[in-house]
Amino acid sequence: MEPRKLRVAVHKFASCDGCQLAFLNAGEALLALSERVDFVHFAELGPMDPEAEVDVAFIEGSVCTREEGDRLQRIRARSRFLISLGACATAGGLQALRNLADGEAWLNEIYPRREYLDALATATPLSEEVTVDLAIWGCPVNGEQVFQVIAELERGLTPRLPDDPLCLECKRRGAVCTLVTQGRPCLGPVTRGGCGALCPRFGRDCYGCFGPSEHPNTEALGRRFEGLGLIDAAIARRFLFINSAAPAFREAGLRWGGRPACP
Amino acid sequence: MGTYLGLLQRRHADTLIQRLRGAGYHVLGPVVQDGTIRYAPVDGFDRLPAGWVEQQAPGHYRLQKRDSPRCFSWTLGPQGLKPLTFAPEEPLWTVERRHGHGLEFHSHFPETKKQAVLGVRACDLAALALQDRHFLGGPHPDERYRRRREGLLLIAVHCHRAAPTCFCASTGDGPRAHHGFDLALSELDEGYLVEAGSEAGHALAAALPLIPPQPGQQARAEREIRHAGEAQERRLPGRDLMTALRARRDAAHWEEIGRRCLACGNCTSVCPTCFCHCHQERPHPTEDRSSHYRQWDSCFTSGHSYIHGIVIREDTALRYRQWLSHKLGEWHAQYGRSGCVGCGRCITWCPVGIDLTHETAALLAAPPDDSEACDA
Repeated sequence: MEPRKLRVAVHKFASCDGCQLAFLNAGEALLALSERVDFVHFAELGPMDPEAEVDVAFIEGSVCTREEGDRLQRIRARSRFLISLGACATAGGLQALRNLADGEAWLNEIYPRREYLDALATATPLSEEVTVDLAIWGCPVNGEQVFQVIAELERGLTPRLPDDPLCLECKRRGAVCTLVTQGRPCLGPVTRGGCGALCPRFGRDCYGCFGPSEHPNTEALGRRFEGLGLIDAAIARRFLFINSAAPAFREAGLRWGGRPACP
Repeated sequence: MGTYLGLLQRRHADTLIQRLRGAGYHVLGPVVQDGTIRYAPVDGFDRLPAGWVEQQAPGHYRLQKRDSPRCFSWTLGPQGLKPLTFAPEEPLWTVERRHGHGLEFHSHFPETKKQAVLGVRACDLAALALQDRHFLGGPHPDERYRRRREGLLLIAVHCHRAAPTCFCASTGDGPRAHHGFDLALSELDEGYLVEAGSEAGHALAAALPLIPPQPGQQARAEREIRHAGEAQERRLPGRDLMTALRARRDAAHWEEIGRRCLACGNCTSVCPTCFCHCHQERPHPTEDRSSHYRQWDSCFTSGHSYIHGIVIREDTALRYRQWLSHKLGEWHAQYGRSGCVGCGRCITWCPVGIDLTHETAALLAAPPDDSEACDA
C-alpha cells in the first residue's frame, strides 16, 4: 500500500504574497513536489479548502484583523505542524511598525472612513496567538529552505533551520564584508543566515530580514554603527525595519530611542 | 637572504604566466574586486593590481591607488589559500534509495585541476603548512583536501610592505617566505628577483628569460623585506602562550571581551589556519536521495559546542576563550606550534575591530588564576 501523502495547506494573512512565491517560483520542482504531497489548500496554486485538516500548515502574514485572529485559531486546531512563513508571520513584518506607534491614530489619520476597515491597531506575529512549530524567516523567505523543510517533514524528520549569523554564510560564499570595506551599517553579524548572503554578494549591507541570529549582540553592533556616524534614529530604524516584533531587534530599536517614521 | 636565480624584467613578466599556462596550469593571481584584492583567473600581468595598496585597521579595509608599477605592494586580501584547499562547502556523499534493493551510497570527490597561485604571502604559506598537517597528517588524511592540495603550484611574493595589522615578524612566519613555495619573487620597480623552492620551481625558472641581477638590486630587495618586518606595529607577547593562557581561564577579561564580541565568526572564517567544519544532511525535496555536506563552521556558533541537548559554551565570553586559547595555546600540544601566523586578518575583518594582540596582552597582564581554580 502506498503511504498516505503529506497533506499541506498554505494560508495567507496580512502580507504581500511574496513568500508564497517561494512555492510558485519553483516551477517544475513544484510540480514534482505536488506528486509527493497533497496541497489541499493553496489559493494561489488553485486548491481551496481552508478548513481542511492537514499535516502541515504554512501561514504567510501577520494577524491584523479580528477575522484573521479567529481563522488562525481554527487553522491551529486542524493542523499537526504549523509553520510561520516569512517575516510577517514570524515577527510582524513591516506592518508591525505600527505596534511601536499609536496604530489606531494612524488608521484614523490615513483612512477617511475608519469604520469601513476591520483593521486592528496592531500587527501580531503568529507565535503571540498560537503555538508555532517552526519559523521560516525572511522577507521574502528562501525557496530552498521552504523545500528543505517540506522534504524533511515528508520523511518524518523534525526540520531545523540554521540560526548562525549571516557572516558565516558571506564568508563561505566569498562575499566581501560591506561593513569593513565600505563602512556600511550591515546587520549581518546579528542576523541569521539562510538567505544565501543575497544582499552582501551584490555589495549591499544586510538589513536583517531573516531576523535575529542565535546569539545577537545588538548592543555592540549598534555602538559600532554609532562609530560609523549613524544617528540614534537611524540605528533604531535599522533594527526595527522588517522584524520589529522579534524581541532582540525590538529591544535594540528601543535602546536607540526607536520610533517608526510618523505618517 | 634568498638565493636569487636572476631578474625577470617587468616587460617580460608575462612570460611567467605564459609558461604556467603552457604547462597546463590555471593561473590565479591577485585582482581588484569588490573593494579588495582577491585571487581570480589571470592571463597577464595587466590584470594585476599595479599601484594598488590597502589600508588596514581594526574593522577597516580600503584600497588606494598609487603611482607605482608594482603589482604586489598590497599585503593581504580577505582570504589566503584556505578556500582553494579546504572548500567552504562541499558534498561528501549522496545516499539513494533503490526500491527493493536497499540504499546505495556514492562518494563525491572534487574535480581537481592544476592551479598556480601567483602572489602568495609568507603568512599564508605558513598557514598552509599547518592545514597540511591537520588534514593530511595522521592516519586518516582528508582525500578531498589532498586532491586540491596536490594540484597547487605556489608562487610566493615576499612582502616589501606591512599593513598596520600585520604581525608575522612576531610569530616568525614572515615577511620573507622561507619554504612551501615553488617559486618566490621579490618585486622591484624594474622587475622580479626570482628564487626557486622546488623542482617544479627550478624547471619553471629555467624557462624564464632571467638576466643576472645588477649590483645593488639584491641588497635593495633584502632591505625592503627587512623593513617590512621592522615596521610592524603589532606583536604577540610570546610564541608559546599555552601555559600562560591555561593559567588565566577565569580571568575577568574574558567577560569584558564577551560584551564587545559579536560571536559572528568572521575571525575564524578569515583565519587561514582555522579548520572547524560541520556536517549537514540535505534530503532532496522530490527524489529519494539525500546528500551529506561539509561546510566551514566556527567555534563561535552554538552548534560547535552542542552535545546531546546542551550547548556547552552558551555565552560569547566562553566562545572567545575557546578560540583564543586554542589558537594561541592548545595548538602547541596538538600541532607543536601556535595556530597563529600573524596575518592579522581576524583584526581587520572583525566588524567591531577586536584585536587579538591587544586582548592577549590584556589577558597576560592579569595575574594567573589561583592554583586551585586552575587545577579544577
